[in-house]
Amino acid sequence: MSKNSIIVPGQRGEGPEGFLTVRDLRVHFPTDDGLVKSVDGLNFTLEKGKTLGIVGESGSGKSVTSLSIMGLHRTGTKRGAPKISGEVWLDGEELVSADPERVRQLRGQKMAMIFQDPLTAMHPYYSVGAQIVEGYRAHHPGTSKKAARTRAIEMLDRVGIPQPDKRVDSYPHEFSGGMRQRAMIAMALVNDPSLLIADEPTTALDVTVQAQILDLIRDLQKEFGSAVIIITHDLGVVAELADDILVMYGGKCIERGPAASLFESPEHPYTWGLLGSMPRLDRPLQDRLIPVKGTPPSLINVPSGCAFHPRCPYAGLTGGRSDTDVPTLAEASPGHHAACHLPIADRHRIFTDEIAPRL
Amino acid sequence: MTDSQTATVPAPSPASDREPLLRVSGLTRHFPITKGLFGRQTGAVRAVDGIDFEVRAGETLGVVGESGCGKSTMGRLVTRLDEPTAGKIEFDGKDITHLGVAGMRPLRRDIQMIFQDPYSSLNPRHTIGTIVGAPFKLQKVATEHGVKRAVQDLLELCGLSPEHYNRYPHEFSGGQRQRIGIARALALKPKMIVADEPVSALDVSIQAQVVNLLDDLQSELGLTYLIIAHDLSVVRHVSDRVAVMYLGKVVEIADRDALYASPMHPYTNALMSAVPTPDPRRKQQRERILLTGDVPSPINPPSGCRFRTRCWKAQDICASQEPPLAAAKAGHQVACHFPENAV
Repeated sequence: MSKNSIIVPGQRGEGPEGFLTVRDLRVHFPTDDGLVKSVDGLNFTLEKGKTLGIVGESGSGKSVTSLSIMGLHRTGTKRGAPKISGEVWLDGEELVSADPERVRQLRGQKMAMIFQDPLTAMHPYYSVGAQIVEGYRAHHPGTSKKAARTRAIEMLDRVGIPQPDKRVDSYPHEFSGGMRQRAMIAMALVNDPSLLIADEPTTALDVTVQAQILDLIRDLQKEFGSAVIIITHDLGVVAELADDILVMYGGKCIERGPAASLFESPEHPYTWGLLGSMPRLDRPLQDRLIPVKGTPPSLINVPSGCAFHPRCPYAGLTGGRSDTDVPTLAEASPGHHAACHLPIADRHRIFTDEIAPRL
Repeated sequence: MTDSQTATVPAPSPASDREPLLRVSGLTRHFPITKGLFGRQTGAVRAVDGIDFEVRAGETLGVVGESGCGKSTMGRLVTRLDEPTAGKIEFDGKDITHLGVAGMRPLRRDIQMIFQDPYSSLNPRHTIGTIVGAPFKLQKVATEHGVKRAVQDLLELCGLSPEHYNRYPHEFSGGQRQRIGIARALALKPKMIVADEPVSALDVSIQAQVVNLLDDLQSELGLTYLIIAHDLSVVRHVSDRVAVMYLGKVVEIADRDALYASPMHPYTNALMSAVPTPDPRRKQQRERILLTGDVPSPINPPSGCRFRTRCWKAQDICASQEPPLAAAKAGHQVACHFPENAV
């Protein structure tokens, strides 16, 4: 696919408007079976102090997006190196074309990440404190070990680990799942990053601990005023945290809008499917769930036209356009974009008549 | 759904009138902690510590709890994949607590299990035909039109194509693999199925497909389910009755609607309030009970009520006396000194 095949209107320009601006990001992995188009033309902006939720099923490209913002996809063997194109602007600096050394300096300092599984993301051989100290001293070269340790204890205390002055010398295996995730958040925040990416931060945790961690992330964001990207498959989690939500499917953004509007009047049939397939505690019990038929697409052979059309119950209503044309993101209501061929009026009618009563 | 499976569906009668198919009393499993060369026992992980419940024929009992509360161990004990330390398990009127491998074999036809991880529960070197046909071979069950035909019928029943017979597990997606696991569990027309986190490894849209499949199979084949899960909303969707476990104990057991409408145990209340709701407008309104800290260690559980260390209603009596699991209302048992929503 050529580099400029999809351009969202009004998105190409010189100076970035937001604190974080992603323009036409593409990440393709060459494999023996073919080119895996994990992310294929993604655009979004994020302001400081705001939270963006990226939602999608496994294989929709949400984690690859976050890793490529962090510059963690640049390495690899000659054959296996991913092809990355597009632009990532962080606070006026372009990262995709930047020097790897410069990105390394930014990583951990200006942008930090919380990973899904804290047990594998932390080194089992070093104490939690040593790992936090390492991150701090790498970006503050003049700091003494003692000062860095004090800072680590302060951070552990801030994220709610009891007896931080003792726990700083514990190893990851001595922590419970929730405490490990707290320690990882402390590690990510030790350099006061202005962009925090949380990739499925609570998936491995129990609901009660999940509620604690979500509250912690929310409080810390208020305190530090950083921009947060939260990546998850759980619509409940993004509803708790996010200001804006971006729904990904087959490596593309198919719907983007403010959280309230997206949950109240979702535009894309895939988003309807996601909402319909979740059993919910806050609504009367449904007799049956409404699943999305079929399975998520392979990213090597993405279906032609709209990637969702083989699973979409309304694909027949577009007169065959969804089989051939790739839909572009179009504004459906102020600030709320969706990539769907169905006319807006039809979509609203289907949603209010057929979908909303069953949710 | 196909109607190729001719199963005798029991006449629909309210589940509460029926005989219990499974009755568990005082079930206990302690994993010993040993030290030194001679395996001196220095303690025990009290994974399951004296639980009682019944599952009636044709109903679904959902079991919820946080990780480490013993719900999976309980599932393994009930299917007798593990040996109980104490207590009694009665299945279909027969005591199966200490039956050996040979003693259990005829009963394996009636109790089957669906596992959590569809990637590790299927042998990667076997074809789907071999995997789903294995129960017939092991139990030496004769099939009317041969094993292959029986397997293909099962695949169709579970929403897979009969042509998948000769394929290998790696050729399938997670949801399809879970369907293969379900087909294998159904092969011998069991009376009861124990499903340990059957949908937690699946994507949201696939999860709904599998939940609906389990629903359909139950009404079609008259199955009894024991579904273990951590997701309260999934459990609410599939269960007739729900048991809540905490640190090896059942703290509350009730009919689904009663439990979700008016939970009596503070822990159940806290669990339910912690579930995030996909509705940004509600996050300001609702009151959330935030439990502090983690689940205590099952090696050294707190005295008295095990939840007291995290409970906001705890008083002196909670530390000294363990609350028994007692009926607070009709069909609603709770183990708490100060239950909520009590009348």
